[in-house]
Amino acid sequence: MGMTTKRVLHRVLLTTAVIFVLVWCIFPFYWAVISSLKPNIELFDPHPTFWPKSPTFSNYIKVFQERPFHVNIWNSIIVAGVTTVITLIFGSFAGYAIARLHMRGKALVMALILSVSMFPQISILGSLFVILRKLGFINTYQGLILPYVAITLPLTTWILQNFFRDLPKDVEEAAAIDGCSRLRTLFQIVFPMSAPGLVATGLLTFIAAWNEFLFAFTFMQKPEYYTVPVAIALFAGRSQYEQPWGQLMAAAVIVTAPLVVLVLIFQNRIISGLSAGAVKG
Amino acid sequence: MLELKAKTRETVVAWWMVFPALFVISVIAFFPLFKTFYDGFFEFGLNPNFPRKFVGFRNYVELFIHDPRFIAALKNTIFFTVVSVALETALGLLIAIIVNQPFKFRGAVRAAMLIPWAIPTAISSQMWKWMFNDQSGIITKILERLGVIEPGFPILGSPNTAMWAIIAVDVWKTTPFMALLILAGLQLIPEELYEAARIDGANVWQRFTKITLPMLSSTIAVALIFRTLDALRVFDVVFIMTRGSVNTETLAVYNRVLLMDRAFTGAWFGYGSALSVIIFALISIFAIIYIKSLRLKLD
Repeated sequence: MGMTTKRVLHRVLLTTAVIFVLVWCIFPFYWAVISSLKPNIELFDPHPTFWPKSPTFSNYIKVFQERPFHVNIWNSIIVAGVTTVITLIFGSFAGYAIARLHMRGKALVMALILSVSMFPQISILGSLFVILRKLGFINTYQGLILPYVAITLPLTTWILQNFFRDLPKDVEEAAAIDGCSRLRTLFQIVFPMSAPGLVATGLLTFIAAWNEFLFAFTFMQKPEYYTVPVAIALFAGRSQYEQPWGQLMAAAVIVTAPLVVLVLIFQNRIISGLSAGAVKG
Repeated sequence: MLELKAKTRETVVAWWMVFPALFVISVIAFFPLFKTFYDGFFEFGLNPNFPRKFVGFRNYVELFIHDPRFIAALKNTIFFTVVSVALETALGLLIAIIVNQPFKFRGAVRAAMLIPWAIPTAISSQMWKWMFNDQSGIITKILERLGVIEPGFPILGSPNTAMWAIIAVDVWKTTPFMALLILAGLQLIPEELYEAARIDGANVWQRFTKITLPMLSSTIAVALIFRTLDALRVFDVVFIMTRGSVNTETLAVYNRVLLMDRAFTGAWFGYGSALSVIIFALISIFAIIYIKSLRLKLD
């Protein structure tokens, strides 16, 4: 086999493999988009086509008319948004103290916070439900935000701690010499310098809170408080036997499209953030 | 003296800064966890008609000796974990090697690999449930066309295939992400190692087993344990695809049935708490291995 044949063969193999990987990653999302644009006759056609013959947006309209999907979106925005803000504040305080300040037992503090990321959510589900019920927090936003802050804090604190550690120290030292207090240094110098790290970490927190299902499904028991994943998981038609798949796919596309766009924009930061959380030791 | 005073003041500030985070995780994670351990020794329900009665270790004995549903859930969880993590690691390694080659649009392909990870599991489970639909699902149709299954065969309604369908969704969602983690490790291997091996006449397979695999072993080990932790507590995908029917119920799905569905109409909450403790113990074993392999260095 000559050098050129070998090179051509390598090319062909590689291209096939790459196309396979791409189809694997994108096809389910593609199929959801296509299905959401199909009228019911095409959707339940025994010979489904890979392209809608007469595309329609009726599923996108019905999903807001026949059910309170906009309310579910709003619930998710509030819960994930507030969770992100609180987690970023608490996480950056803790992360900065651990990375930079003189403090005995900081390894223990970090280990305690990190250990929560290993907790199976199901192991605290029952007790947490009882506690939240006692506080009157079932079917409230705070009843979901509090648990979300707790489960997103470990990764956030860890990533930010790593981030603050890598910032150049001399700027802070110069500020300290100029008589800047620790807190002022933090707010006027460290946080602005950390903006890219905070944005990427915030995005990870937001996605985690936006995607969570088990707690939302257990602590929000009235349809008007359902978040998006719960609403979609419990999507029902008029009768038990009639699942409105077109509407369901439309709902799925509406809430995943922004996530997909965000992820594509921030891909580099996400990958480095996640590898810091998962791999960096 | 002044130096010492400044240090003490800094320590006080530091403790105030970690306090909010510690407070939240204490109230929302550690306290409920201790409560679960405590409740596991009692028999009671969430309804006042089923008051608290101390039973010692009886819940645990009952689970292992008289509860075939628990044993089935344990087997299903282990099967799901072993098969999905093995597939994800093997395919993840393969895909990482593929996307590490130079080709056009490499950045775009790597970005596309984040899509399955970003879609909420609850939503991707529904997307796949539609593709597995027995009347009009595209996967059902393709498998019918290939003659693998009879027309109208319910993939999600049959004990032999439902668990494989669930595993397929998990593998789809996690493999690309696994590949990106392994890719990060691949990029750290110095090119000179391969050059030297090539000069010594090592072929592709030898270079893979003698350089790539040993250099990647720690990355793969960490990713593998990380995935195992996740797989052992799997809930969303199983619950949405089958509700735990046709022999797909996992420990977490059964546990929620006990804690939330049965605890209001019977004395099942303590029993459910005992199961929660078992899941926690199971995962702790792997978490300890994980921590050991990371060797947390903070100072």
